[in-house]
Amino acid sequence: MASGSSNIGVSGLFENAEVTTSGRPVLRRNEVECFLLSSVDLDSEDDPPRFIALKSGNLILTTHRLIWIPSQSNAYVPSSVPLAAITQIFSHKKSIKAMFHSPRIRFQANPGSVVVTIVFRGKGDFDDFLTKFWECWRGRAWEEDEKIESETSRAGPGTGAQGLYGNDGTVRMVGLAGILRKEQEQWESTDKSLQDAFQDLNALMSKAKEMVSLAEKMRQKLLSAPSSQNGSTDDVEMGSKEEMQQLMLSVGIISPVTKESAGALYHQELSRQLADFVRIPLEQAGGMISLTDMYYHFNRARGTELISPDDLWQACTLWEKFDVPVMLRKFDSGVIVIQNKSHSDEEVMSRIRMLVNKAETLRTGVTASDAALTLKIAPAMAKEHLLTAETKGLLCRDMSPDGLRFYFNLFPEIDPTDLHIVKDFGTYGEWVKATSLLTV
Amino acid sequence: MQKLADFKLPQFFNYPPYFTLQPVRDTREKQIQLWKELILDYCKSQKIFLIGVEEDFPLFSNSAIDRTLSHEARETFLSAIVGEGRAEWLDKGHRKCLILWHRIQDWADLILKFVRDNGLEDSVMTVEEIRSGTESYGTELQGIDRTILMRALKLLENKGKLALFKGTSADDEGVKFSV
Repeated sequence: MASGSSNIGVSGLFENAEVTTSGRPVLRRNEVECFLLSSVDLDSEDDPPRFIALKSGNLILTTHRLIWIPSQSNAYVPSSVPLAAITQIFSHKKSIKAMFHSPRIRFQANPGSVVVTIVFRGKGDFDDFLTKFWECWRGRAWEEDEKIESETSRAGPGTGAQGLYGNDGTVRMVGLAGILRKEQEQWESTDKSLQDAFQDLNALMSKAKEMVSLAEKMRQKLLSAPSSQNGSTDDVEMGSKEEMQQLMLSVGIISPVTKESAGALYHQELSRQLADFVRIPLEQAGGMISLTDMYYHFNRARGTELISPDDLWQACTLWEKFDVPVMLRKFDSGVIVIQNKSHSDEEVMSRIRMLVNKAETLRTGVTASDAALTLKIAPAMAKEHLLTAETKGLLCRDMSPDGLRFYFNLFPEIDPTDLHIVKDFGTYGEWVKATSLLTV
Repeated sequence: MQKLADFKLPQFFNYPPYFTLQPVRDTREKQIQLWKELILDYCKSQKIFLIGVEEDFPLFSNSAIDRTLSHEARETFLSAIVGEGRAEWLDKGHRKCLILWHRIQDWADLILKFVRDNGLEDSVMTVEEIRSGTESYGTELQGIDRTILMRALKLLENKGKLALFKGTSADDEGVKFSV
């Protein structure tokens, strides 16, 4: 490892890369992850070495950057090199010497024209990586961003050529309708190969980014709308606007982890991405969400890169190995949920206690759907909570032809030595009051 | 609170979960205890000696809240009373239950007290007279279940307090006291 003053001059080459709590890189706007390789070193072959080598980490190629993240939390910090700074990529030489070496790729980057060597110590498809590397570097996605930014700052928000409408005002062929029509055309021309159909899927995926940016734009508009027409906002309108915002927000994952981009590390990376994503839906659901609901939220956000229930399950079970703030939990009944590690049943229990202690519910009890409405969670979850509360002795049940209802458990308060005594204080007394109001 | 005949029902009789057998152990134990007390209280006040599990026993349903005990619940509650020695199943199928709000020993003591109070220490009575004779009118022995009475009498016979002898029919089974 290099030391001394020689590396100070080029320390500007690497930027510190932001990572999430579960160890996924924080991507910038419109940045898409393209490839991931494990066990990668970044080294300097110059003599003397011009920067401190980064040893054994995951290398992530995005449309904008090369990001290196240490595989274990060691002395290294996550670092990145913007593709914009790269001046040249050297093809690796096929020589006898190279056969005995770990595969390596070299590139030159500014400032200071430093030559960086990427050394692959693990398994993976290096040729594919090189191809993608070239593609991304030549793609110059960052320039597009700068262009859009300057455009929007000139023309004001909402009038850019991005989105559903073309420059001439006509509706662009986007989304499923467009795809379907293209599909139709292809069915008609029988000489087209199956390959074309796959290209079509690629087209849909490239549109996905556009759709996300459109959704983001609409959300921004919705956010700014109430301030421009204050006073006229009634509750219903606000409600629907909020709902719309939620819908827009949930479109969100621009760069989903895919089998293609992550390869062998697919489930691991998926697991991390899921851990990051799950936070907001989890918060909205009150700290606990069923696996089924999460599957819906996650795939909705991923758009086209859908995952299977099995992938979700695998990703969730991997959480045990990472230091993430969420966990899986299996109820006695077999229902599996995702919950915050900090989530406590106590809080839910106290909310249920509040719910069943009202005069009305003391008298009538609650069903799982009543509890679901109050706690703002799925009925299946609400039922689990009610059953837990029952096991703890907080509630007891009433089975009738109308179904299962839960009541505040009065049994402990009733005196078996004098069946008729009702103490003035306590819930039993409250219950007697609540029920006698009806009979009198 | 509603009444059954002249029996005052407790407030919790209108509590719907009271009529559902509770699955959680602690809660169920308390529920069973409350049912035990209520059934014994009610039978004592109404002089009911026999409960048929499948019959319309007034306590087993509450029309005010439209709830009825399930067969399982009825059997559980009655079995709990049996387990405490305050009732007995009359058949293996657990369909008829004899309720002993006084244990047999207590009934035997009541008979002895009745004999002494009426100066019958050395006299002869028929079994039927004990149940419905003028002497027993107004006492707890009035209308006592014949099965329970016979059991109490046999207990006293074993202790040498009386002798039972058969007549020509069940009606005139006789008792010779020797207290």
